[in-house]
Order: sequence, then C-alpha cells, then structure tokens
Amino acid sequence: MKTVLSIEGLTVALPPGADRPHALEDVSLALSANEILCVVGESGSGKSMMTGALLGLLPEGVRATAGKILFDGEDLLTLGDAALRKIRGARIGMVFQEPMTALNPLRTIGDQIAEMFRTHTDLVSAEITQRVIDLLRDVHIPHPEEARRAYPHELSGGQRQRAMIAMALALEPRVLIADEPTTALDVTTQAQILKLIRELQQRKGTAVLFITHDFGVVAEIADRVAVMQRGRLVEAGRAEDILKRPQHLYTKALIAAVPPLVPPPPKAVTAEPILRIEHVSKTYRKGGLWSRHRRVTHAVQDANLVLPRGGTLGIVGESGSGKSTLARCIVRLLDPDSGSIHLGGTDLARLSRSAMREQTRRIQMVFQDPFASLNPRRRAGELVAQGPIIHGETPAKALAKAKDMFALVGLDPDATERYPHEFSGGQRQRIGLARALALEPEVLVADEPVSALDVSVQAQVLRLLADLRSRLGLSVVFITHDLRVAAQICDRIAVMKSGVVVEEGRTAEVFGAPRHSYTRALLASVPGRGWTPPERSDVLLAAP
Amino acid sequence: MRVLLLALRRLAASLPTLFVLLVGLFLLLQLAPGDTVDALVAQIGGGDPTMIEELRRYYGLDVSVAVQLGRYVWRLLQLDLGYSAIYGKPVADVILERLPATLLLMGSALSFAFAAGMALGVLAARRVNRWPDTLISTLGLIFYATPSFWFGLMGIVIFAVKLGWLPAGGFEEIGAGYTGFRRVADIAWHLLLPTLTLALIFLATYLRIMRASMLEVMNLDFVRTAKAKGLSPGRVITAHVLRNALLPMVTLIGLQAGTMLGGSVVVESVFALPGLGRLAYEAVVQRDLNTLLGIVFVSALLVIVINFIVDLLYARLDPRIAT
Repeated sequence: MKTVLSIEGLTVALPPGADRPHALEDVSLALSANEILCVVGESGSGKSMMTGALLGLLPEGVRATAGKILFDGEDLLTLGDAALRKIRGARIGMVFQEPMTALNPLRTIGDQIAEMFRTHTDLVSAEITQRVIDLLRDVHIPHPEEARRAYPHELSGGQRQRAMIAMALALEPRVLIADEPTTALDVTTQAQILKLIRELQQRKGTAVLFITHDFGVVAEIADRVAVMQRGRLVEAGRAEDILKRPQHLYTKALIAAVPPLVPPPPKAVTAEPILRIEHVSKTYRKGGLWSRHRRVTHAVQDANLVLPRGGTLGIVGESGSGKSTLARCIVRLLDPDSGSIHLGGTDLARLSRSAMREQTRRIQMVFQDPFASLNPRRRAGELVAQGPIIHGETPAKALAKAKDMFALVGLDPDATERYPHEFSGGQRQRIGLARALALEPEVLVADEPVSALDVSVQAQVLRLLADLRSRLGLSVVFITHDLRVAAQICDRIAVMKSGVVVEEGRTAEVFGAPRHSYTRALLASVPGRGWTPPERSDVLLAAP
Repeated sequence: MRVLLLALRRLAASLPTLFVLLVGLFLLLQLAPGDTVDALVAQIGGGDPTMIEELRRYYGLDVSVAVQLGRYVWRLLQLDLGYSAIYGKPVADVILERLPATLLLMGSALSFAFAAGMALGVLAARRVNRWPDTLISTLGLIFYATPSFWFGLMGIVIFAVKLGWLPAGGFEEIGAGYTGFRRVADIAWHLLLPTLTLALIFLATYLRIMRASMLEVMNLDFVRTAKAKGLSPGRVITAHVLRNALLPMVTLIGLQAGTMLGGSVVVESVFALPGLGRLAYEAVVQRDLNTLLGIVFVSALLVIVINFIVDLLYARLDPRIAT
C-alpha cells in the first residue's frame, strides 16, 4: 500500500519546567492510503501533541526538535506557515473531540463548512451552498437544508460531530486526523459515528489517523494500531495482532484493563433490600410566565428499584436518560416530586431538610469529576474530615479518621496535608471515596465514578471499590454509561431511557437475554463487542 | 412583534425601580436644610415672612411631605414633570434644553471608548506579553487610575491655555452665529477635550475586558478548528474570535451607561458645558426639587433605553439567546 504520511524519528520538546523534557521522543509511524491507523494511549501519552506537530499547531513553547514528517514528498516541519495553511483543511482534515465546543457558537453550520471552500477554492457561493448540502447529506444529517442554517447549539452532539466530519472531509483531503472524535458521545451515537467514518473512509479512500484511548473503539475500527506511552511508541502493528497477541507489557496492561462485556458468574446476594425506590418521579420546569418559553422535562418517571443489602445495583443509560437525576434524588440533593425512597425503615423522600442531614451519614455519594468535586482551597484531609465534624466528631478525631480513610483507599496517610491539585485524577477519585466512606455509610451512590479516568486508573479504582464493598459490607448504587464496567461490577442492572426504567434484572440475564429493544440497541453499540480481550481480565476484581 | 413584546416586558420590569428611585430621592431631599423658597429668597436678598408664606403656598410647599409626594406622583402619571421655580418654566423644557449636550457628549465618549478600547484590546491580545501589550496595558492602567477631572484640567492647561489649540470650555462659540456645517464643526471642536476626558477611564475598562476576552476566546476549541481549517491568523481573528470576544463588551455598555451619566456631571462642570449633569448640580444647590426629580426620571429612562438596545444587540450577536 502507498504511504501517504510518514513520521520519522519525531521528537517534540516541552518547555523547561514541564514534567518531562519531551512530549514525543523518536516516534516513527507510516500512514497508508485507504487505512485507519489508531493511535492509542492514555492521557499524557503525547498522542494529541502528535496531531499538533502534524498540522503545525503545537502550543506556544512546544517545538519539534528532531525528525521529519513527510507528506506528499514534503517535510511538514520545514514548511512555513503560509505553505502549511494550504495543507491544513485542504489536504489534511481534522476532527476534534468536543463537538460542543469545536464549532463556533455564533455562526451557522453551513457557514462554517462553506468557509472551507471560501478559504481554499474559488467556487462561487451558489456552488458552495450546493456542495455544503451534499456534504451534510453524505454524513446523514437529517434535513440537510435546515441543518445548514442551524446554529451549533440547535443540533445534538452526534449531529454536531457529523457536521464536523462533513467539514473535515469537505475538500476530500488525503489524510483525516480524528482526535478522540467519539469520546464525548453516547454509546449509540458513537457506534453511528464510527460507522460513518468507516463508510466515508472506504468510499473516498482517505487515510485516517484515529486517536483514541479506548481499545473497544480500536477493535471496532482500526486496520493498524500504534500504542503510545509517555511520548514513546511502544508497539505498532496490525489491529488483529495487537488486540489478540499484544507483545509489549504496557499494551498488555492496557488491554487487560478493558473490562470484558461478559459478566462474571453471579455472586450470592441476600434478598433483603436495604434501599427501595418506589414510584419516584422528578420533573424539571423551565421558563416563566410566557407559556411558549416553558419547557417541561420528565427527568425521572415512576422509577421502581430495589437495592439488596451488600449488593450493587447498576443504573445504565445515555446522557439525558435521567440516571444522574435519580441518583441525586436518592441522596436528596434533589427533592423528588413524588414517590418514596426507603432506606431501611426510613422514607428519605419525606424527611425535612434537617432530618435528612442527620440521615446523610447512612447514604453518601461519589461524584464523576474528580477535578471539580473537591474544593481546591482546602486540604485533602480537611475535605475528608468535614463530614464527621458536621456529624459531631471532634476535629482531632475526625482528622485521625481521615488518615485511616486515606490508608483504606490506598493513599499515603501523610498526604492529608496536601491540596487536591497535588493529586492525580485517580488519586482524587480515591479522596472522593474516602470522603464518602468517612461517615461509614450503609449505601454508597456512585455517579459515573470512573468515567473521567484513564483505563488503567479506572481498573484500579474499580478494584478498590469492589474490595471495599466486600470488606465493609457496602451496598452500592452504581451509575454508569459504560456497559463494560457495569457488566463487571453490578449484581443487578437497571436500564434507563428518557427518564423511564425500561428494564431491570440480574446482570447476567440483562446481558445474556435483553428483553427491551433499547437494551439490545445499547448492547449492540458497545464498541468492540465482538472482541474479547485475550487475557481474562480477572485483574479487575482480583486483589492488587 | 417579538421585539415589541420584549420592549414592553423590559419597561414593565423597570417601572417599580423607577418609582422606588423617585420616591427615595424625594424623601432624601427633604432631609437637606432649606427648600426652593429659601433659595429663591436668598437670591432676591431677603423678604418678609408673609411673602415667604405666600410663595410656599404658591409652590405647594406648605402641605405635608406625604401630600407633596402624592401630588408629584399624580402629576408624573400624567407625564407632567412639574414647574421649575428657579428657571421659571416647565421642567420638561429646562431638561430638553440641556439634554442634547449631554447626549452628544455621552454618545461620542461611549463610541470613542468602545472603538478605541476594542482596537487596543485586540492589539494587546495579539501581541500578548510582548512590548505592545505591556505598553497598552500600562497606558490603560494610567487612564484608569487618574481621576477624570484632573485629565480635564490638565487638558485645558496644556491645549487651551499654553498651546491655544482647543477652546477651554463651552458648547459652541457664543454669538458667532454659525449655521449648518460650520456649526457642527464648531461644536465638535468644543467637545473634543470633554469627550476625551470622559472617555479615557471607560476606554481603559473596555481595553482590559477586550484583551481578557480575546485571550480567553483564542484558547477555545473552535479557534483551533478554524486554524486546522487553514485560515490565516487574521481571518481567524476577524471571522471567529472577534464576535465571540465582543459579547462581554456589549454587556459592559449597558452596565456603564449609568456610570457614564455620573461621570458627565464632573466633565460638564470642568468644561462649563450646558448639560444635564451641571443642571443636576445646580438643582441640588438651589433646592429645585422638581428639576432634580425630572433629571433623575429622564436619566433613568435613558439608562433603561440604552440597556434595552444592548439587549437587542446581544440577542442579535448571540443566536443562543432565545427571547
């Protein structure tokens, strides 16, 4: 196959004072026409720096110091900015991660796509308009004519990403760089976008450099794979080989960290319920006196769920399905409109604010974003001690307890003196766990606790959670959009769609014989569902 | 239709504010010693008690404060601003005479501050942390930190007294009898220094906001997209950054409209301009309650109108705002 783009010995230097001297070190890669090359790596692996170097769009202070990037016989690193501008967009297209922010909010979709033609061609505007509509049709956006005139906020995330792809492919570039294009999308949307990229790539013979952290996506779409670790290329080869027979230790570890979609054999769970959610509904109302501004969203409708003592109940669903609203209702961060939430013998839904505060020691929550959910101005130990102090513990005892909690979640007890920004993402999520566990709750509500983490860190945190659950006899409500994670950690699964629990049952049953069509659609959308990681990753639940 | 509805809603929402403002001011001025009649009598040079009584009755000052307030509000509802005892004519006429000078001063100062602040802000952001940025930011700080009356006085000393290039005060050459274009040029000539004086402090704010806003927008994802599309740096700025960066600036216009009206009091006094600001000052000194309340009423209306225009502009600039 003909090589379109080749990177030879590329080294990119970081400014002095960074955590390492080089963002990329001696990276060599070749991208052929008509193939999809997946570059896989965790955060900090330098994979995004690579795209920056390719397009000459490195951040300030970051420079390529050695190597070549050959594209059509030219070394991109030696080209001036004007020459690079002729290549950007026209011959190398680019799709970014966040379709929400990657489009200018103040200009219409059509205008932004048309800008490609206005910048690189001499077409007249009528012709451009026609081309834009054709492109939007190509990426299967419903009502292309209307979508052309729409602003980004008027489209859904998936449609925005389709528009981004249309824009990147407008001038039929030889190379398309896709930087985590589906990471911010729901799983069903992700499946559609992956299919679209595959379809367009095959039809136009484009060479695609696909950057991702998700081995499921790799299994879905890659022809060849390159694995990056801390700025170095550790392994490259055909997708089949790497997925089935990884050679490098790091690749093996990454693949082992991917939870298999097949649930483990069910463990015995008592039938005795600790938390009963009955007919819970929550409706959001928006808008004021004028009726046409008013918008009513039924976030949760008549949810009935039971959490057995010592068990884990997974609530899965896509964004907007109401799973987070339900979680917030359970811990009374939101007040449900109707229904009851029985924790043991108490109906939490009916408690007054102050009575609920008393009950919070029995039910605690862990949040998704380990960066935003810890107050940056307070020491980690204080954050953990805060709960017990509020519930009447003396500060000295509470701080001592915080140290115990740190040890429990696998952090250095002396780290209680440090501030949240001094910890990594995985460590912060451990702090979040310690904070919740400091009150010795009976029930833990975990809202996407591992979604913001890298796979290897995710596996560690999940392992910790499983370990704590068995040691402390915790009952857990586990909210996630990731069916792989749910399969591994949950005893029971509830599937939510548009505020309604459409299916609930034992994990093995829901995964083995889904009854509702939406559950089937969800399962069919999991990337790489046909691929089972080679080493049975009992790593996930086994002790470290 | 949509605009009209928005306008009505705006107006309805600001009526209570206006009412509270007027009543509050009315009561506050009761605390100041002396009233219109005292000021009048002082001007005449004294008078006998029966005449003072007579005057009080004539101007309706003999009744209790509550009744005076009630009468005032009732007249206001009929859009009657009352009669100024000091100027000897209806308050509406007095204000209308003075309004053009203030509007002209505010309008030109605002336009200049906005345009120059925007231009300098863009320049500073594009050369961030290099000498143009440092120079512009330092200038901005100096403008911001210096009181405007001092600027005005120094301007008069240098350009009017020492160099003799510009007039020291006044709205136009009195008695010159210019008409048409010659008159416009003359007024512009007179307003040059006052406009600059009033504008500099606002320019500094606009410049800082624009610089910060540009820097923020330039880091956003869609700017990276624009660069990846192969747009030239200039196009990236004009087509993608500028309009997004303007949004906070537009908000600021509305917020500063009131402050600017306050600033014009000082500038009008320094340059002896026959504007609303100076009228307000004179009205306070002479206890001319009707005129003062009228000015407050008109200024409040002015601020409401400006904010309304800003809202429309914002909705026009940002499609995400659904009205």
